[in-house]
Amino acid sequence: MAARAGADPEARPHWSGQMGFVLSAIGSAVGLGNLWRFPAVAYENGGGAFLIPYLVAFFTAGVPILWLDYAIGHRYRGSPPLALRRIQRRFEALGWFQVGLNVLISLFYAALLAWSASYFVFAFTRRWGADTETFFYDTYLRRPAGAGFNLDFVPATAGPLALVWLAVIVIIALGVRRGVERANVVFIPLLTVAFVLLVGRSMYLPGAETGLDALFTPNLHRLLEPSIWIAAYGQIFFTLSISYGIMMTYSSYRRRKANQTTTGLVVALANGSFEMLAGIGVFCALGFMAAKEGSPIDHLVGDSGAGLAFITYPRVVSEMPSSAFFGVVFFGSMFMAGFTSLLSNVQVVVASAQDKFNLSARQAALFVCGPMAVFSLLLFGTTSAFYTLDVMDHWVNNVGIVVSAVALSVLVVWVARKGRELTYHLTVLSTLSVGRIWRSFAGTFGPFVLVVWLVQWLYSTYANGYHSYPRWFLIADGWGAIAVCGLVGVVFTVLPWRSQPDDFTPWPEFSPQVAQRLAHWEDTLLDLSADDPFEAGEK
Amino acid sequence: MEPTPIVFMILAMVVIWGSLLASTVFLATRPEVATWPPGGPTDEEDAALDDID
Repeated sequence: MAARAGADPEARPHWSGQMGFVLSAIGSAVGLGNLWRFPAVAYENGGGAFLIPYLVAFFTAGVPILWLDYAIGHRYRGSPPLALRRIQRRFEALGWFQVGLNVLISLFYAALLAWSASYFVFAFTRRWGADTETFFYDTYLRRPAGAGFNLDFVPATAGPLALVWLAVIVIIALGVRRGVERANVVFIPLLTVAFVLLVGRSMYLPGAETGLDALFTPNLHRLLEPSIWIAAYGQIFFTLSISYGIMMTYSSYRRRKANQTTTGLVVALANGSFEMLAGIGVFCALGFMAAKEGSPIDHLVGDSGAGLAFITYPRVVSEMPSSAFFGVVFFGSMFMAGFTSLLSNVQVVVASAQDKFNLSARQAALFVCGPMAVFSLLLFGTTSAFYTLDVMDHWVNNVGIVVSAVALSVLVVWVARKGRELTYHLTVLSTLSVGRIWRSFAGTFGPFVLVVWLVQWLYSTYANGYHSYPRWFLIADGWGAIAVCGLVGVVFTVLPWRSQPDDFTPWPEFSPQVAQRLAHWEDTLLDLSADDPFEAGEK
Repeated sequence: MEPTPIVFMILAMVVIWGSLLASTVFLATRPEVATWPPGGPTDEEDAALDDID
């Protein structure tokens, strides 16, 4: 066991094997967004027809960018600051920017988990009563009338939040394999069983078919609307945990000889499968509710965020037969899905601190997670938590992660010209080869689509604001969050390394001769009679 | 349920869950490549990394 690995690739912690990595990567990708974002986005964007842009986005942006993350993390064997520095020294700042994003996401994600844990307990007695909206905002969160920051602590939310952080600190202190991997090995199979139970039972509710009709009826004419395609690319991008350091960090913990692309495909498809299951389960429940109330289903779908989970779903649960079971399984699933994702966010921050400052897992858990827990409690254990979370989440996801993704592709593929080297890395180590098409999607098409997404988001937010929040609050909480990430990027890049980050040679070697063979292989890819230029390796 | 949404639901299930099943079977039957590039760690050295936590 290596107490302190620093930047030494040979002393780096590792997953116990391929299965441990796959389960942990699925645990990271499957999160709260699968449960409450996908069903609403699919419904609002063409129903069954949404599946066409969704699958196109999956294969042209989601999987290629996921493979790019894997390739960088695995080849340069480090957290984002270390791996990117090994590509080019000045890229370290982008790595720390990604760490900043993960810090902020962890702060508010822990709050959402604390709320899920509370609702898991409330579900036994359906404590939310008949008016679930008043209960959530006024009784539970004690949300004030106007947006702003304050330090009025709410014991009902701050208590569970402290417990969530305590659990995170303990698991992170145990290390990658004994902590993070074991948590995923337990939670992901459990989550699958709970989810299948939940969805299976939902399908037999009276009115469930109305919900499925609503979700899967294809509005094919809407495929001509660009907004549907932008929504599909947005959904795929946000759901896969790509381009902000998580998959880079996780793949850096794999052994040198590890299959990259096939495992990535399994992880991405498992995430899509969970989304599909969530869509079916949620819409069966909404169909049941609509039938019960005699109202159209679109009155129930309005919210794709916390409102769907903490207001609409408790209302549906209260009306169901054996409602305690439904409530407990739903909020338990939500907690498990979110907790494994939170661990991945925190692990990026911890791994980066370990690499740069040569810390052990226990030291990092204490000195990194401890302050994060305090900030999380200060920002999200108070009555202003909902507003702060809503705006920060919106900006970090729509601006922070998108900027990070575009910068990553442009810097790595266009500035450092590492596209061919990473193509070679993925191809010679994996059972699924990649080539020019992958480079075009990961280096050109993916970032282009994300720039389109960002421009339309900026225009819409500038024109319409966001949820009628005052402008000062959007600047302080939204743009302030992005500025904090930028500051983290600058300050931590300037700080000196306490290990040797540049004492490293990537494997497999990518010499000019290998580059020539790769080009030849790409030229003769469809010529089955051509010799395999990579055959010369070891058995 | 109407026939069209049923078709789309089945299509979605077959494409996404079917692809998951196919890729999982592919990974299980071919977990790694047959040959490795030269100059890397031996299989024993590489496997030993899995013991580091």
